[in-house]
Amino acid sequence: MATSESVEVPLGVHVPRSAAVPATTVTARHSALVRLTHWITTLCFFALLVTGVEILISHPRFYWGETGNVLTTPLFKLPIPSSRNLVQTGYGYVLPDQNGWSRYLHFQAAWIVILTGLLYAIYGFFSGHFRGNLLPDKADLSWRAFSTAITGHLRFKRPTEAEFWSYNVLQRLSYLLVIFVLFPFVIWTGLAMSPAFVSAFPATVNVLGGQQSARTLHFFVTLALVLFLLVHVVMVCVAGFRSRMRAMITGRAGTQKEGA
Amino acid sequence: MTDLSRRKLIAGGLATAAGVSGLGVAARLAQKYGLVPPDHGGIYGLGETLTYASQRLLTRHSLAREFSRTQISKRPLENELAPPSEAFKRLQAGGFADWRLTVDGMVDRPGPFSLAQLKSYPSRSQITMVQCEEGWSYIAEWIGVPLFHVLDSVGVQPQARYVAYFSIEPDWWDSIDMADALHPQTFVTYGMNGNDLPVANGGPLRLRVPRQLGYKSVKFVTHMTVTDSLKKFGKGLGSAAPEGGYAWYAGI
Repeated sequence: MATSESVEVPLGVHVPRSAAVPATTVTARHSALVRLTHWITTLCFFALLVTGVEILISHPRFYWGETGNVLTTPLFKLPIPSSRNLVQTGYGYVLPDQNGWSRYLHFQAAWIVILTGLLYAIYGFFSGHFRGNLLPDKADLSWRAFSTAITGHLRFKRPTEAEFWSYNVLQRLSYLLVIFVLFPFVIWTGLAMSPAFVSAFPATVNVLGGQQSARTLHFFVTLALVLFLLVHVVMVCVAGFRSRMRAMITGRAGTQKEGA
Repeated sequence: MTDLSRRKLIAGGLATAAGVSGLGVAARLAQKYGLVPPDHGGIYGLGETLTYASQRLLTRHSLAREFSRTQISKRPLENELAPPSEAFKRLQAGGFADWRLTVDGMVDRPGPFSLAQLKSYPSRSQITMVQCEEGWSYIAEWIGVPLFHVLDSVGVQPQARYVAYFSIEPDWWDSIDMADALHPQTFVTYGMNGNDLPVANGGPLRLRVPRQLGYKSVKFVTHMTVTDSLKKFGKGLGSAAPEGGYAWYAGI
């Protein structure tokens, strides 16, 4: 609930990156809906990741095409122990089976993250959040803008005041990639493993090259998402952990003085 | 409190009330149209119900993908099996001549079927995939009689909602709804790749439910019960799978 001293930025209005914001003003950096969907997604992502790893260790082998099992040649194997006797891993022990609750939680978290993502996408389109905050300006799609952003990153330069209020071109492109490519693709490859879903929509698995291909791609998209998460968290720390966390939790930016 | 925040509070309250009563109506409708799985209780009930309800609405009549003969796996995987029971070994010693599939419950003409009887019915085959929840899979040709044919011959009563099926091996049973039971690819399977169904793959008799994961295709089936409620079987969760922590519905 809005308290008397906080001034929320109206929906659809994004602060231009050149705007100098007086240090005394307290303004919402992220809208309430962005903050809420961000943290629900975070929670679901961890649930999906942990349960996904648990499901994976029951058969840490990957294949290409329609079918694959311990009698067929894998595309690659992960050098980890398994939770099943069936898989020869070279380890002298079998991990406990965690598939049951992992599958229950994996699909429950998937439902929540999909519904949350839909809400976010509808909001993003209609509020101007995508257009204003995430779509790069034409001027920014130049080599000069890219190289400035990249060299800034390579030198571990702390972001400027203006950059607190707006994303640079690399941030914008990575967020767009995660929201419009990686998340839809991880959902698609997940559904393409469902025998009932593909009975109704066979093309969803056929174009991927088969059910085992879908499983392998699901794994690689997950790796890409984990890589994004790591870089994202590192960048938050470099940019100023406390101010960024406060902005994403309370929405309030306050002054830009970082305590540490 | 300012006017604005009071208005927000009232709007929020109304939205919450509408949401909660909307969920209530949705839950009652889902129950009425058979969209609630038997293991809907507990913390994962929401996800399970959403999965089952949406897949049931999307896939009531859809067919599992079928493959060409060239895609049949060279060696069908023989999954791990517990050692057979004495009852199984006795029947095996007799070449399964005395194997019986008993169909009872809400049917007009309950009775046992021998393998010879089942094989005398119109035989069908399908080349479909067995997909294990662990992640591995294989493709085989499955030969049998569609379950709907068996159910037709015993006369299923109109109040039937599920078919529960039991292995000769202890604590191995499952159930499917009528949409799956009457589905043309749900087979009482006695053959594989042109031969009798090997014991390692569930022979002499296995129920094949190709739109769901492998664990719904229970091996060594001897008994089926047509029912309107799964409450009276086991712990009332619909199959042995939820009792072991796995979902009843395995379409995903």
